[in-house]
This record gives sequence, C-alpha cells and structure tokens, in this order.
Amino acid sequence: MTKMKDNKLSFLKKKENVTYAIVIAVWIIMEILLKAGVVSSHLSGLLVPMCYYAIVAVGLNLCVGILGELSLGHAGFMCIGAFFSAAFSQIFKDSLPGGLRFFLALVIGIAFSALFGFLIGIPVLRLNGDYLAIVTLAFGEIIKNILNSLYLGLDSKGFHFSLTSMLELGMEPDGKTLINGAMGVTGTPRDANFTIAIFLLIVSLIVVQNLINSRDGRAIMSIRDNRIAAESIGINVTKYKMLAFTMSAAIAGMAGVLFSHNISTLQATGQYFGYNVSIMILVYVVLGGIGSIRGSVIAAAVLYLLPELLRGLNKYRMLIYSIVLIVVMIINWAPAVLDKRQELMMKFRKGNRKNGTA
Amino acid sequence: MALLEVNDLCIQFGGLRAVDDFNLNIEQGELYGLIGPNGAGKTTVFNLLTGVYRPTEGQILLDGKNITGHKTAEINRDGIARTFQNIRLFSKMSVLDNVKVALQDRYHYNTLTGILHLGSYKKLEKEMDAEAMEILSVFGMDKDAELLSSNLPYGQQRKLEIARAMATKPKLLLLDEPAAGMNPNETAELMDTISLIRDKYKMTILLIEHDMKLVSGICEKLTVLNFGRVLAQGNTKDVLSDPEVIKAYLGDE
Repeated sequence: MTKMKDNKLSFLKKKENVTYAIVIAVWIIMEILLKAGVVSSHLSGLLVPMCYYAIVAVGLNLCVGILGELSLGHAGFMCIGAFFSAAFSQIFKDSLPGGLRFFLALVIGIAFSALFGFLIGIPVLRLNGDYLAIVTLAFGEIIKNILNSLYLGLDSKGFHFSLTSMLELGMEPDGKTLINGAMGVTGTPRDANFTIAIFLLIVSLIVVQNLINSRDGRAIMSIRDNRIAAESIGINVTKYKMLAFTMSAAIAGMAGVLFSHNISTLQATGQYFGYNVSIMILVYVVLGGIGSIRGSVIAAAVLYLLPELLRGLNKYRMLIYSIVLIVVMIINWAPAVLDKRQELMMKFRKGNRKNGTA
Repeated sequence: MALLEVNDLCIQFGGLRAVDDFNLNIEQGELYGLIGPNGAGKTTVFNLLTGVYRPTEGQILLDGKNITGHKTAEINRDGIARTFQNIRLFSKMSVLDNVKVALQDRYHYNTLTGILHLGSYKKLEKEMDAEAMEILSVFGMDKDAELLSSNLPYGQQRKLEIARAMATKPKLLLLDEPAAGMNPNETAELMDTISLIRDKYKMTILLIEHDMKLVSGICEKLTVLNFGRVLAQGNTKDVLSDPEVIKAYLGDE
C-alpha cells in the first residue's frame, strides 16, 4: 500500500508531471460539476476560452520565456489560425463528419499560423529586443485589419477573393461565402468543447515542456542566455530562433482554431484579436513567471476567469482585477517573497523525505 | 605542418588598422601565449580567429584547411573553441546543461524525437549526461552539476566556461584572459586546470593573459602585440627579456 503511494508521488516528482496533473484535476472536477448541473451557464461558457488563452500563453512563453524574444503579435497568429480553420470548416460543413473535420481544421489552422510565423520570422528574427516587439505588434494589427476587409468565396470555378466587397467576387450562383468581410465567418460548426480544449492544452504542454528538455530546447535557451557564447559552441542561432518562433506561432494558431470552433460568429475585431489581447496574453506570461510553463497556465486561467466572474460587481470589477494583478506580481517577482517561497519548499521537501523514511 | 597558421592577417575599422600584418604558427600540442599592453588588439585577434569579425586581408588555416571568413558557429565545428574575457555562461541553465548544450553537435536526434521523447531520445540523452558528467568530473565540478551556473563562485564559472569549450572537442582552445579578476589561489588552481587539460587531452592552447606569473609559468611560446602589430615572437624566456617588449610594457627610461 505504502509502496503504491510512493510510486504515485514519484510520478509527481518531475515538475512537468505536476502541471499535467493540475490540468487533468481541473478537468475532472469541472466535468463532475457540469454533470451535476451546478455550474452556471455563464461559467461553463468560459471554460473553452480559459483553455485557449492558457494554450496561447504557453505558446507565447515559448517565445518570451524560453527564446527570450518579446512578441506582441500573438493575437494575430491566433487570428490566422481562427480564420483559416473556420473557412475550412465552412467548406466541409456538410461533407465531413464532425471529428475528422475538426481534426483537419486543426491541422490547417496550425499549418497556416506556423507558415506566417516562419515568413515573419525570416526578417524579424534578425532584429533584437524592442524591434521585434514593434514589428510583431504591427503584424498583429495588419492581420486583423486585412481579415476584417477580406471577402472569400468558393464556387465551382474555385476560390475568389477580394478586399473591397462581396460583389467583387463575381461568384456563380452556387457559390458559398466563406469570409464575409467585417461580418466575418458565420455558422462555423461548434466542434470544440471543454474536453477537446483540455486535451489540446495538454498537447501544447507536452510539446513545449518536452522541447525544453531536449537538445533543441537547450539550444534555444542558450541563445536566450547568451547569443555570442551560443554561437561560439557551434549553435546555429538563426535556425533555433526560427524553430522556437514558428512553434510559438503554431501553438497560438491552435488556440485560434479552438476559438473559431467555439463561437458562432467569428469577426476580426479588436476585442478578440487586437493588440490589447496580445498584451493581455503577455500579462498572463509575465505574471505567471517568464519561462515557467505551469505559471502561464495558472495565470491565464485565473486572470481570464476573474474579471469575467466579477461582472456582477460592476464598477468594482476592474479595481479588484488590478489589485489581483499587483498581488500576483508581488508573489511571483518580489525577491523577499521568492526567498520565502523557496524556504517553504525546502521545508516541505524535507518533511516529505522524513515521512518517506519513517 | 602547424595546427594553426595565420598569414598576414589584417582588419581595418574605418581608418584604423586594429590588427595589421599578423602572423602566427602554432604547432600541435603547444601552449601559446598572446600578450601585449591594453588596446594592443589581442581580443580582436581572437575575434578574427573565431569569425566574429571578417579579416580585411590575410588567411587563417586550421589543420591545413582554410577557415577564413567562416561564421562563428562553423568555426567551432571546424575545431576552434573559446572562452571569453567577461564570462559568458548560460546563466539560467544548470551547470550540467551548460556542458550538454555544447555536446549537441555530436549527439544528433531530430526535433520531433525531442518533442515526443521517442526512441533514441532516452538513449542519447543518457549518453550525453554521461559524457557531460565525465567532463565535469575532470574539472572537479560534478557535484555542482544541478546548480544554476550563475550561482557558482567566480573561479568555478571560469572553469565551467573552459569545460563547456572542451565539450565541443576542439583541436584548438582559445582562452581570453582566463585569470582576469582571480585571486592568487584561484589563479594557481587555474594553472593546474590548464596543465590538466593539456596532459589529459593533448590540447593545443592559445591564451591571452596579463598575469605575467601565469604566462611565464605555463606558456612555451609567446607573441607580443603592440598597436596591432607583432612586436616580438618566440620562446617565452627570450621574448620576455627582449628590450623592445619591456619598453612597450614599462615605457622608455
């Protein structure tokens, strides 16, 4: 009996596994509560968004915390993933079964956001620090504005697109509108649900955490810590920067696919894909602890849910939210608190060891 | 044939010839010193050898192969590793990972294997761990493997930088002021470390140093640079007693 317990604990000794355990625990608890019918419809509607913001925070942490490059355009990558996958699902709305359609939409969304990440990375990753932030910020806004005025249709002659109006497309009568300018994409099948979202969150966690513990991950972190030294030991800096940035964009795209398949009307508005969203994601990453993947997930979940759940408090909502931001900042960044936390961890570990030997 | 052969190397920054007409021959297994007053161009020579700067003229041959104009990362793969005047460790990574990242050219698995921790991942990571620990134990640092490299004491950080350079299995090791900022005890320990890697790995070493005790103690040959030009070259003893060299260091009477 005790041995079994030991085994269970040893699974949790690796800090990556603790993260998976937390996510799965949240999933089980929420599923039970949902089944029991005690979750308000407001809260249950927030669960999938909570997951995709956690996913995009994990992706951004790969860029900011692991690669050490500041990106302010992750809402843009999310936007790309959302629109391309939604357009795909529109085309195959009636011809493919839900599961397969969503899987393919996922592949499409991830592939396109990775492609854009790659293309933008070619010029942008030659820049360092603030310049990268400025360019990605602009990129996010450009993408949002382009998709806001993009008309895309499909008929027997193939794809038509225009940046001015629906009529410009000149489609055959049998044509199908995929993206309708500022009206966006309507009627995307709602293929995403909480379980799929949790599953994708775990996938993104596995990808990023395993990457960190691999050959490529070490190379990426060495560039973050000292580019010149990394070059001096034979690391191909450009290659690994591209790899990390592309993967980061791909993960943001995955979050975008969840986004578009959880909402009936997808529009490229500033509320969902503007720079303030990119900043909000960055806030999750910074407050969760730069480079701490678990921190990103927890911070994204808490800081997303909190203002939503405080809607009832009306004008005090933002006051409480800002106080929480300050408190989280102190807990995660103040040196005195960090020391105290380390001390507590040491005590906790020691206690565990004693219990183990006794 | 010399391991490193540098012919008529020259670099010009605008109107300034920082290094001019620089020649150097280092034989396999030699411990060679590069000295000179501040601003003489010693670190510039290192930066030229490691591809940080492209020489304006001249060529660099390593083991008979022309490596002039190669990029820094390529030059490391060609067989030159270096340390830095101001320590450049991967400060947020563990001591072990600092060495492991330097091993990666020789232990290859692709990104997908790394992300999924498939097949060869476990085996190769284990081998990397073993080799990294072996290198660390040569430097007496195996017990600190899990420590964050920035938490090491100064002397140990210098050592780790050398260990990391050695992990890339270079033919030639460049040490840029390894004893800078060290107290006499640490310097003595450093001299032991340098002798150790020479004996154990038969390593060819080129070092820049201001500490004359270290230079006269371990270097076999010296080149003295002054204002970017070679002032004297030859056996340590002869060079250090050369009146020109003394004049460059201490000035005219």
